[in-house]
Amino acid sequence: MNAVTANAKRASAFLTVFLKEVRENLRDRRTIITALVTGPLVGPMIFALLLGSMLSRELDKAEQPLHVPVIGAERAPNLIDALKAGGIVPQAAIANPEQAVRRQDTDVVVRIGGNYAESWRKGEPVQVEVIFDSSQRDANTSVERVSRLVEGYARQQGAMRLVARGLSPGTAWPISVARRDQATAQARGVLMFNMLPYFFVITIFLGGMYLAIDLTAGERERQSLEPLFANPVPRWKILAGKLAAICTFSCISLLITLAAFAVLGPFVPVDKLGMELNLGAHFAGTVFLLMLPLVMLIAALQTLVAAFAKSYREAQMYVSLLMFVPIVPSLLMAVFPIKAKAWMYAVPLLGQHLGVMGALRGDGVSLQQVLYCLGGTLAAAVVATLITAHLYRSERLAISG
Amino acid sequence: MIEVKDLHKAFGAIKAVDGVGFSARDGQITGLLGPNGAGKTTTLRMLYTLMKPDRGQILVDGIDAAADPLAVRRQLGVLPDARGLYKRLTARENIDYFARLHGLPENELASRREALVKALEMEEIADRRTEGFSQGQRVKTAIARALIHDPRNVILDEPTNGLDVMATRALRQFMLKLKAEGRCVLFSSHIMQEVAALCDRIVVIAHGRVVADETPQALREQTGETNLEDAFVKIIGSEEGLAA
Repeated sequence: MNAVTANAKRASAFLTVFLKEVRENLRDRRTIITALVTGPLVGPMIFALLLGSMLSRELDKAEQPLHVPVIGAERAPNLIDALKAGGIVPQAAIANPEQAVRRQDTDVVVRIGGNYAESWRKGEPVQVEVIFDSSQRDANTSVERVSRLVEGYARQQGAMRLVARGLSPGTAWPISVARRDQATAQARGVLMFNMLPYFFVITIFLGGMYLAIDLTAGERERQSLEPLFANPVPRWKILAGKLAAICTFSCISLLITLAAFAVLGPFVPVDKLGMELNLGAHFAGTVFLLMLPLVMLIAALQTLVAAFAKSYREAQMYVSLLMFVPIVPSLLMAVFPIKAKAWMYAVPLLGQHLGVMGALRGDGVSLQQVLYCLGGTLAAAVVATLITAHLYRSERLAISG
Repeated sequence: MIEVKDLHKAFGAIKAVDGVGFSARDGQITGLLGPNGAGKTTTLRMLYTLMKPDRGQILVDGIDAAADPLAVRRQLGVLPDARGLYKRLTARENIDYFARLHGLPENELASRREALVKALEMEEIADRRTEGFSQGQRVKTAIARALIHDPRNVILDEPTNGLDVMATRALRQFMLKLKAEGRCVLFSSHIMQEVAALCDRIVVIAHGRVVADETPQALREQTGETNLEDAFVKIIGSEEGLAA
């Protein structure tokens, strides 16, 4: 009994746990579908579809004839001609323009006042109302187009009146604003890509989620954790094997997502708006590097949360709630576009967000930023792992009853 | 050889184990008998170092469990109260997993495993995934993985729980075989017939304390009852929680 052969080949406990968890979970259809199909692929698909439709809608509005109901068109035939020249197709007047705009029946309505013709002849200022609802962001392009045409016409007519009186048009406009947009093509595109880092984080989450729940809460519920802990292996080694399995699934999910983005990227019609997207191998490599410590952090957090739960279902609920945490930096950066400071790269999630956006923008990520990002998140991951290991030592963890 | 000295364990205000001490010798079957909730499972959990006692000492083959829990676990084969298997693995894969965690050399693993598969008559089910196993098939698999490292001491927590008559008989035969091989077998039960039929020594636990530690024969003599059932009731002081 207990025969010990000195040089015999023995499996390491860490590797044994890791391989067993990977093998067992590869046999679970739900885990596989979540980690390798829905998790990594749904994100890029939704993203490409959303972005594609958004871009083509903007483009449509800029190029296509715009149908605008005009009230009192007969009073200002020259203004209407100017609008027509700008690609606007005047429509018949409608009874209640305010309501129509609010109900989104039409994006914008033009109303020409009853005294327009008379005032115009006298050379007095006249009013043209542009009725719209600014909360309908969809309508912004249309409103902008109509307003510009009306203002352009007004300026043109004003200039002609000044010339007729022998004055230079410059007298009325001592300052002219010249807008020079310095945003590069990539930077413009980036505004719409603020949610991209979140997709990567979600993929990591979904990739490891079922494993994290199964390997702690699931094992306890199925009553296999107690016999497992009766083996002569320190618990931290068991935990390490389990975490490694979770990380592996998360990494594979992330790689699939990155590959999907690389494949889908060229099909997104960003070039139509004069943007450029950088979703190739270099981008994928940078994202993967920045996300690596985050994979470890998320695996530890998911395990920690699952270990707290009394049952599989409870663990599922907690872990799902945890998934809303990483949306915070993306939302913050979308709502308050603050200037990135160096220390921000060291904050987990925020650092990854900034790093991914930098890589996407095309101006790249500096070595210092990469180091901050890796270091900060790695430190958090180590702390989370240590806390989880501590929890794993508790007597109550193994007991299911 | 398992020696337990004055074990105490409390969960909050509840004293689950309150001064348990006994010895289980090699080549003997020792039965831990007591009503439900008497502290049997908690005592065993401290033996296989899942829990730390508040007070007292545990020696397994002379190794102190508090000083070197890993070494103690290496000396033990354990069938805990919780005997969950990995349902997406086959019976053989379940056994191999524990074999590797015990650090069994790869070249010995297959022969050890097949010997147990044969001894427990589980050839038919060994390559099936354990999902959908009957209670008996599950216990067999759990025992095989508990004994894969050829432990000198075997701890079985209510091993016949939920088994039918045939499976129970087979398991009892197996326990006698372990005894004949010279191992120290310690098992808990709340079924006296079972304990009476198998044990060389009976440790009766009630309310977290040892109330008797005798051979079945001495137990009868001590209580003056010829029937073991009456003897138990007399020792424990009530019929609560005992099953015939």
